Amino acid sequence: MTTTTPGEEDGVKRRDFLYVAAGGLGAVGTAAAIWPFISQMNPSADVLALSTTEVDLEGIEVGSEITTVWQGKPVFVRHRTGEEIKKAEDVVVAELPDPEPDADRVIKPEWLVMIGVCTHLGCVPVKEQGEYDGWFCPCHGSHYDTSGRIRKGPAPLNLAIPPYEFLDDSNIKIG
Amino acid sequence: MSFEPKNTAVKWVEDRLPIMGMLHHALYEYPTPKNLSYWWTFGSLAGVVLVIQIVTGIVLAMHYTPHVDMAFNSVEHIMRDVNYGWLMRYMHANGASMFFIVVYLHMFRGLYYGSYKAPRELLWWLGLVIFLLMMATAFMGYVLPWGQMSFWGATVITNLFSAIPVVGESIVSWLWGGFSVDNPTLNRFFSLHYLLPFVIVGVVILHIWALHTNGSNNPTGIEIKDGQDSIPFHPYYTVKDLFGLAIFLIFFSAFLFYAPNYMGHPDNYIPADPLVTPVHIVPEWYFLPFYAILRAVPDKLGGVLLMFGAIAVLFALPWLDKSRVRSARFRPIYKQVFWVFVLVCVALTYMGAQSADGNMVEFRGMVPVEINGVVQMKDGVVLMEEGITFALSNVLVSQLLTAYYFLHLLVLLPMIGLFERPRPLPASIAEDVLAKSPAKEEASNA
Ligand code: HEM
Ligand code: FES
Repeated sequence: MTTTTPGEEDGVKRRDFLYVAAGGLGAVGTAAAIWPFISQMNPSADVLALSTTEVDLEGIEVGSEITTVWQGKPVFVRHRTGEEIKKAEDVVVAELPDPEPDADRVIKPEWLVMIGVCTHLGCVPVKEQGEYDGWFCPCHGSHYDTSGRIRKGPAPLNLAIPPYEFLDDSNIKIG
Repeated sequence: MSFEPKNTAVKWVEDRLPIMGMLHHALYEYPTPKNLSYWWTFGSLAGVVLVIQIVTGIVLAMHYTPHVDMAFNSVEHIMRDVNYGWLMRYMHANGASMFFIVVYLHMFRGLYYGSYKAPRELLWWLGLVIFLLMMATAFMGYVLPWGQMSFWGATVITNLFSAIPVVGESIVSWLWGGFSVDNPTLNRFFSLHYLLPFVIVGVVILHIWALHTNGSNNPTGIEIKDGQDSIPFHPYYTVKDLFGLAIFLIFFSAFLFYAPNYMGHPDNYIPADPLVTPVHIVPEWYFLPFYAILRAVPDKLGGVLLMFGAIAVLFALPWLDKSRVRSARFRPIYKQVFWVFVLVCVALTYMGAQSADGNMVEFRGMVPVEINGVVQMKDGVVLMEEGITFALSNVLVSQLLTAYYFLHLLVLLPMIGLFERPRPLPASIAEDVLAKSPAKEEASNA
């Protein structure tokens, strides 16, 4: 003969409830314990401390560029020629793989500032090369135009524009 | 014959931990098919290479410094200053290549003789898990010397995860511990590179456990029926494997002492420069077929998916192959298609090393001059210039090969299994061995 608790009559055993409650709590506890082990791999506080890079534009002549570093990544600062600007502006934006007018990518048209990391798998594209006379990524053949927009190849997006501002006419601060 | 220790000390241990009995069982009682060929040596060779990697690796770790400012120089220090450091490092670097050579042959052996079929599906799966772990280990090891190829290989491969929609970018920065491959990345790769080989050891133990549960497959693909078909592992296969090992060590030494950098890349002797990508980056040779598949697809996510898919389909092999006969020896059609598949894999390896935007074949001649897609005319005559009349681009060749790779596994394998008429199987392994022995042949010729 077994004795039954009143709860059993409507199909829910007290034991079932205890199983679910204990199991649920255990799962939450385990997840909470695992989280620090996963999170420790994310960028640490010193890496996160948003660094800024200042660039003096004075010495960069028309038609040349420099590569600086921001957050460990190369940043291209290019002093574009009139021809390059015209080429970048004369494009039918709607036909681009990642449609974006040149005007949205610059603060002043003669200065193109962008992160020099191919949006495919992260190589550094080479300047003044490729079918659009902008940048060419040698790794898997992505072609970017004079605005750094992707035109051909496996990369899905345009070269990214970092946050930056003009401190005065010849100095910018990235970050 | 079961294990009954005579020595009291051994018996004392055995009663508490029956480890000697286990080894005894594996060596003397475990029945091995009597007809195993040298294709069955690669398993034990892989085990030996794993031990070589662990021993040389632990030695290297005694002299290596996992920091971006010092890693490259510490490897040079190993090469120039540490006693026999050059030997340790060359053994380790070439050992990785040897590991893949041996394991690839081991896998193709399995494909040819149908070793993945029931009841060995789990055995096959565990093998594939080892393969994946090896790839992760070798990839992270290659990053440690912190040369140009280390850095850019790490960048490109970790960026594969950025193809994942929505969370991709967060995953990549989680892998890096920053906004690019940097010191945190190098540190964790060193930690994991030290760990994973021991995980591999664990999976190898499971792999062998699964093997011993149903026994080795063999060139006929039929199971052992009675004592006539089998021999004890020791001394027969210990000796055969030792001979195989001797030949293998000669092969290994030839690279080690005469061409230690043949399978490496010269750019990795240039210290990592995060601002300049080498013009022609290629992964280590053992990743090339998968790299070729990645590059064959013009879409980022598509390329990444297909590359991982190329390995994932191998897990489904036991169910894709519909033939009830295991060994290709008795499968006239599969046997031929198998070799085509091997050639395609070799060709993919070759394509993985070619430049992304080049042409495989190119015919030159006179072609019309075009400007912005408009053919140029002068006085009613089409202007001509020297140019490429016909080209077979590297990308197209890789695409065809990739298509065949999947066609073989997903279409040909199931279809052939259904329609092929296998040759009659021998009644037993013993019968097959006798039918092929020269004594028998001489007798029947007389
Ligand atoms: C599955 C076994 C292993 C494989 C396939 C493997 C593979 C590799 C590869 C390909 C390299 C780069 C070699 C080079 O070009 O210089 C490397 C480097 C290294 N490995 Fe391993 N490894 C294995 C096990 C281990 C173990 C167990 C350790 C122990 C800590 C270790 C420690 C190191 C160290 C310190 C380096 C950097 C020095 C160097 O680059 O030569 N490895 N490994
Ligand atoms: S990383 Fe630039 S094309 Fe692949």
